[in-house]
Amino acid sequence: MTKIATREAYGQALAELGEEIKDIVVLDADLSGSTKTSVFAKKFPQRFFNMGIAEQDLMATAAGFATCGKIPFASTFAVFATGRAFEQIRNSICYPSLNVKIAATHAGLTVGEDGATHQSIEDLALMRSLPNMTVISPADGVETKKAIRAAALHEGPVYLRLGRMAVETIFDEDYEFEIGKGKILREGTDVAIIATGIMVGEALKAAEVLEKDGINAMVVNIHTIKPIDEDIILKAAECGAIVTAEEHTIFGGLGSAVAEVLAEKKPTPMKRIGVKDTFGQSGKPDELLKLYNLTAEDIVNAAKELKR
Amino acid sequence: MGVSSQTLEKLQSKARTIRRHIVEMVAEAGSGHPGGSLSSADIVTALYFHVMNVDPQNPKWPERDRFVLSKGHAAPVLYAALAERGFFSKEELLKLRKTGSMLQGHPDMKVTPGLDMTTGSLGQGLSAANGMALAGKLDNKDYRVYVLMGDGEIQEGQIWEAAMTAAHYKLDNLTAFVDYNGLQIDGPVTKVMSPESIQEKFKAFGWNVIDIDGHDMVQILEAIEEAKTVKGKPTVIVAKTVKGKGVPFMENQVDWHGKAPTLEQAKEALETL
Repeated sequence: MTKIATREAYGQALAELGEEIKDIVVLDADLSGSTKTSVFAKKFPQRFFNMGIAEQDLMATAAGFATCGKIPFASTFAVFATGRAFEQIRNSICYPSLNVKIAATHAGLTVGEDGATHQSIEDLALMRSLPNMTVISPADGVETKKAIRAAALHEGPVYLRLGRMAVETIFDEDYEFEIGKGKILREGTDVAIIATGIMVGEALKAAEVLEKDGINAMVVNIHTIKPIDEDIILKAAECGAIVTAEEHTIFGGLGSAVAEVLAEKKPTPMKRIGVKDTFGQSGKPDELLKLYNLTAEDIVNAAKELKR
Repeated sequence: MGVSSQTLEKLQSKARTIRRHIVEMVAEAGSGHPGGSLSSADIVTALYFHVMNVDPQNPKWPERDRFVLSKGHAAPVLYAALAERGFFSKEELLKLRKTGSMLQGHPDMKVTPGLDMTTGSLGQGLSAANGMALAGKLDNKDYRVYVLMGDGEIQEGQIWEAAMTAAHYKLDNLTAFVDYNGLQIDGPVTKVMSPESIQEKFKAFGWNVIDIDGHDMVQILEAIEEAKTVKGKPTVIVAKTVKGKGVPFMENQVDWHGKAPTLEQAKEALETL
């Protein structure tokens, strides 16, 4: 299996799309080498704008571009995009529903050695709270490329959550991506694992382990956190037990979104795999995933507890 | 430059009409920001009735000049100008701030024809204006972008991020105004958090700076024309103004930043306007 970071796939997708959609402009805040917007910058220097280390200006400038019919992609690290510039996103992008795409990289604990200041574990919660915002969290390089294209063609603000670490490719090239539509990656009847982002790969591994232990697990990929695919969640709930998995705080992200649907429409026993109300720390990405209980093994344990 | 006395009279009379609307609409709404609306009335009048190339029948005309009211709380002055210019009926003005109205407490471009940007949270409008100016340059369009900031507003750090951006990208198609009325909610700007020297700060950031009396229509028009001739850098027009200008009991009174006149006070104000 090939490994590629979703930020790498973003850089490639953007450069490809730039050819096709001339209204795309790209803005970055001095991190173009890391966010991979540098690929676009090299190819289309006139349509690339480095805003310096100024995330608030980055977002509101992108909003201004959008009022003139441009399709701005604004990129920086997720913690700065959604934290530092939250109110710009709220008032200058989402409230007027401007066509800005916020493609934020280095989301989650897998930023690794840079530590807690740079590990965004609350971005999904923040972005999900905003009216008019679409929130997408792709699982691998293939899905990222499809998501970037879908975001560019979608009218309105979109938040795309991308990662630093290389992840295994799950999908093949003819995989069909539609905003707001989750995907059942593995049918199952005993428990459903609903995952997003890099946790989708872990969910698939967990299902294989559970299979050996006689538990037949469904795996659902929720790439669009908002609008959430209620139908697929209700279908998953037919298993009678649900485990959600995300590289994000358990407050306000995928787990919360799923719980909201279930609480109102089909109360179902569930467990949330995610960061448990704490900040991260420096370390190697896979060590951190273990330390913060974000592995296939943790999903397996949660599923078994539910089935006990 | 040649501005005929006829044109001047027409603009001065229009500014008076706009001030009357401001008083009436804020009084009717029972809340709002008359002080900073009145202080910027002459600038906004000059833009919408002499300078800007806009089409009320086609508010989203791509070639139009743009205006961003970065100090969004002065919405009444902009709504009055847009209604007078024919973007929507003047009857709408008395629905300001009421439930279901197209005239929100702060500008909402989704519901008000003629608004080029949603504003109200201070400090964001200059960045948005920069985005519009950058888009214009990218597409080789001739439109110009105007943005009005408050002197208190420039305490926001984002203004200075955007000031850097405008100079860095040589946005000579952008003209900014600072409505320098000297007062903000908690008192004189120099006492709350001095932004001075506004002129020297913008100069140091790489801008062309023009100082004017923001109530002198000739100076306003001349400064706007001068800005059009400056190449390679953005221009800021620092306009010394009087908060509450035109209504004697409101002038230079910080209380009138965000307070509506009673109907009786409004009547008194309208008599002087």
